[in-house]
This record gives sequence, C-alpha cells and structure tokens, in this order.
Amino acid sequence: MDLVALLAIQVLYAVASLALISVGLAIIFGMMRVINLAHGEFLMLGGYAAIVATSHGISIWVAMLVVAPIVVGLIGIIVERAIIRFLYGRMIDTMLATWGLSLFLVGLTTAIFGNTTVGISAPLGSIQIGAYRTSAYTLFVIAIAIAVLGAIFAVMRWTRLGLIARGTMQNADMAAALGVNPPRVYAVTFGVGAALSGLAGAVLAPVSGVFPTIGVAYVAKSFITVIGGGAAILSGTVSASALFGTINQIATFVTTPVFGEVALLAAAIVLIRLLPQGITGRFFRRGL
Amino acid sequence: MILNVQGLRTGYGRIPILNGIGFSVDEGEFIGILGHNGMGKTTLLRALMGFLPPTSGRVQFAGTDITALEPYRRARLGLGYVPQGREIFPGLSVYDNLRMGCAQQSGGQEHATIANVLEEFPRLTQLLDRPGSALSGGEQQLLAIARCLCGKPRLVLLDEPTEGIQPSIIEEIVETLQRLRARTGLTMILVEQNLDFIAALSQRILVIQKGRITQEVKPDELHDASVVGEFIGITT
Repeated sequence: MDLVALLAIQVLYAVASLALISVGLAIIFGMMRVINLAHGEFLMLGGYAAIVATSHGISIWVAMLVVAPIVVGLIGIIVERAIIRFLYGRMIDTMLATWGLSLFLVGLTTAIFGNTTVGISAPLGSIQIGAYRTSAYTLFVIAIAIAVLGAIFAVMRWTRLGLIARGTMQNADMAAALGVNPPRVYAVTFGVGAALSGLAGAVLAPVSGVFPTIGVAYVAKSFITVIGGGAAILSGTVSASALFGTINQIATFVTTPVFGEVALLAAAIVLIRLLPQGITGRFFRRGL
Repeated sequence: MILNVQGLRTGYGRIPILNGIGFSVDEGEFIGILGHNGMGKTTLLRALMGFLPPTSGRVQFAGTDITALEPYRRARLGLGYVPQGREIFPGLSVYDNLRMGCAQQSGGQEHATIANVLEEFPRLTQLLDRPGSALSGGEQQLLAIARCLCGKPRLVLLDEPTEGIQPSIIEEIVETLQRLRARTGLTMILVEQNLDFIAALSQRILVIQKGRITQEVKPDELHDASVVGEFIGITT
C-alpha cells in the first residue's frame, strides 16, 4: 500500500515536471506557430536566474517563483522584438534563428558561469510515507504544476487578455480590424511563454542542478509533449504529460530510468503514428 | 465629410487592382459600390481598412490622414469592417465574438455595449453560447455585423453580406440595416453584386469597373434592367 502511494506520487511528479517544462513551449507554439528551439535555454536561464538570485541573499521561494519568471519573461520579450517578429509565418527561418539563439545562450552562460553544474539544495525536508521516505519538494513541484495550469486556464477562460489572445490566435487580421494590435499580443504571449519556462527551469533547478547545456535534456521532452498534445494548449499539454509521464515513470519503476526514457520516446512515436494531429487533434477538441 | 479617397492605387504584387479610386462619403450617408467579380470591390475595402498598402493616393478619415496607418489604428479611429466571408472567430462563442468586438473599450462597458447591440439582433440572443463555427452562414453574417457595431464605429465597411446567404436572412439583414440607419444614422459603405439588396439600402451607388469608379447612379435606376445592362454591364 505504501509502495503504491509512493509510486503514485512519483508518477504524478513525472507528469507534473513534463507539464511544467512543456507549457511555455505549448503557449508559444500553440498560439503563435513559432517553433522555439531555444526553449531549453529559457528553462536553463530560469535555473541560473534563481541560483544567482539566491546567492545574492534572496529567499529561494522568491527567487524561483518571482525573479526567474520575470527575468526570463523579459528576455523573451526582447527576443521576440529583436528576432522573432521579423520571421512570423516563416517556420524554417524561425527554427534556424532560434537554434542560433540557443547556441548563443549556451555559449554565453558557459562564458559567465563555466561549464560546471551548480546546484541549490532543495528546500523542504522529506516526508514519511509508511516505510518509505520521499522528498517533500516532489509534492511542491506537483502543486506548482497544478497552480500554473490552473492559472493559465483561468486567464484564458475568464479574462479579457485571454479572450483577446485566443481571438488573435484564431484570426489576427480580424482581431486587428476590431482594434487589437496583434504585434503587441504576440510580444506579450511570447513573454508569458518564456516566463513560464523560466519558472519551470527554476522550480526544477534544485532537482536537476543547472549547467549551460541542460536545455538539451529538456527541449526534446518538451517538444515531444507539445507535438503529442496537439493544437489545444492546455488540454494538449495535460493529456500528453499524463500519458508520457505515466509511461516513463512506470517503466522506470519496473526497470531502470534509462529504459523509462526509452519507453517515453517509443510511446511518443506510436502516438504520433496513430494520431498525427496529436491527442487533441482527435480528443478534447473543444478544450483550451 | 467623413471619408475622402483620392487617387487610390494598390494591387497584389505587381498586378494593379485599383487604378486611381476617388470618392467621398458624408456623415450619415449610405453608399453602395456595385461591380462584377474581379473589379476591385473587396480590394477597395481591404485597402480602406489598411490591409493592403496603397502604391499611391490618399485616404482621409474623420479629418485624419490614415493612408499609412495600420488596420488596428484605423479601427480605433472608428472604421468598422464586416469582411467578405464573415471571418467569425470559429473557436469563440457568439458572446465572446461580440466581446472581441468590444476590444477597444474598457472591460466595464463591455456588457452594456453588447446588450445594447443585441437589441437589434434578436436572432443572436438565443445563440450566445454556441461556438461561432456552429452558426449558419446567415447567422454568422448577422453576428459579424453585430460584432462590428460593438466597436461603435463611425463608418462601417460592409463586404458582400448576401454572398451565399439564404433569402430569408437576406431580408432580415436588409431590415436590420435599414432600422439601424433610421435609428442611429449609421454611415456605411456597402459593396455588393446583388442589385435588389444594394438598391434597397443605398442612397447613392458608385459603379466600379477595372479598378476605377466609372459612374454614379440612383438606386431607383437599378430597377430598370435596360439601364443596368447598358451602363453597368451587369445583366439580371
């Protein structure tokens, strides 16, 4: 029984961390059709922002939940204004440009922080589940993922900002004819996506440590989740994370973490073969 | 004079579509623009809305030179646009489509504005929760007009509202537009090929041929088939 509870927590954690690292990408890709190959580096920058902030005496909670998203969100807005906005509708060019940006950011952080792993110790201790102990931080990551997804849902569903973002995504010219300034919506959307990536990178930093090339580890999984989820941002991210996270964690539990990753990738290939439009291409179509 | 267009030329790439359009519209006027497919009617409205940059010419709206303004700035100055094909946001509910129409206003006024506009569109009040994509063509057309009115425009550009719409709703659209004109003095430019529709609504009709305004006719002249055939080249 305790083992089942422990396994359930780990599955939830795997799902939550997949959802966290993917949701920023899902917003940028789903709303703007921009394939941001520098997504992993946004996560990496979030981790560094949190670590630098804590080393300057800022509380780790503020560093993770406030400083990291603001810093990376601002970087995202600068990137959109300086690079992305010239390339809308040119997918290949955007991919090349963001790939270049990714290499640049890796080089820049290596020059500043060195090619070593820096860590921050996870706050919160451990909790006892029957005969087992697990990190309380695991539960915190799950809670953050739920809070982030809930907040996105609330903003998209109930606020004017969310309505204008959805309308602009569906038909930018018509939105403009109604007085909406689409470039501004794009910049804000890109900034929000980047900020959420920064938050995710910071929240996962105590678990994985941070090094300049950590983005590579994140980016493949996030892309798989977003493509597997399909067009709907929220229901896509949630359903794909739930599927892939569960498969990954159960395979890990039965065999080894390496095989867990293999199982995730194999599941992704099968899913895309069966549902080329992703999960929300067939199910939960009307979701956000 | 609310709109003044002089020597407007534009086109797609190197293909010219408008070859020096000039006309003006007074406040409260209802202007029809009549022409065949491919004569530049839709292009003219898209150019007025700012989606096509002019290669030469000037457009003045409400005393401001808007020739180089972006579409959203023109909308905020009071240009309303009901495009060909309606362009309803398919994934938004009818109510949310109307809320998009209120995008220029502060959030607090939204509800009152929509309630006000809906008084003229009783058919829409029963459909508020439906997604825009689930509406029939005629319902979408009514919604597109209502959405435009939510932005409180000073001049409405209306592009072929009868295209592909069943006759019963065409009549409803005519009645709604006549009522709106009588009640609010709405200024409108209507682009059409449907002679009855354009004659029922317009005070003046401009004929567009090969990217130029070639003549102006009175609405009642359109009922005379020989006049229509001779001067406009449209046979009914």
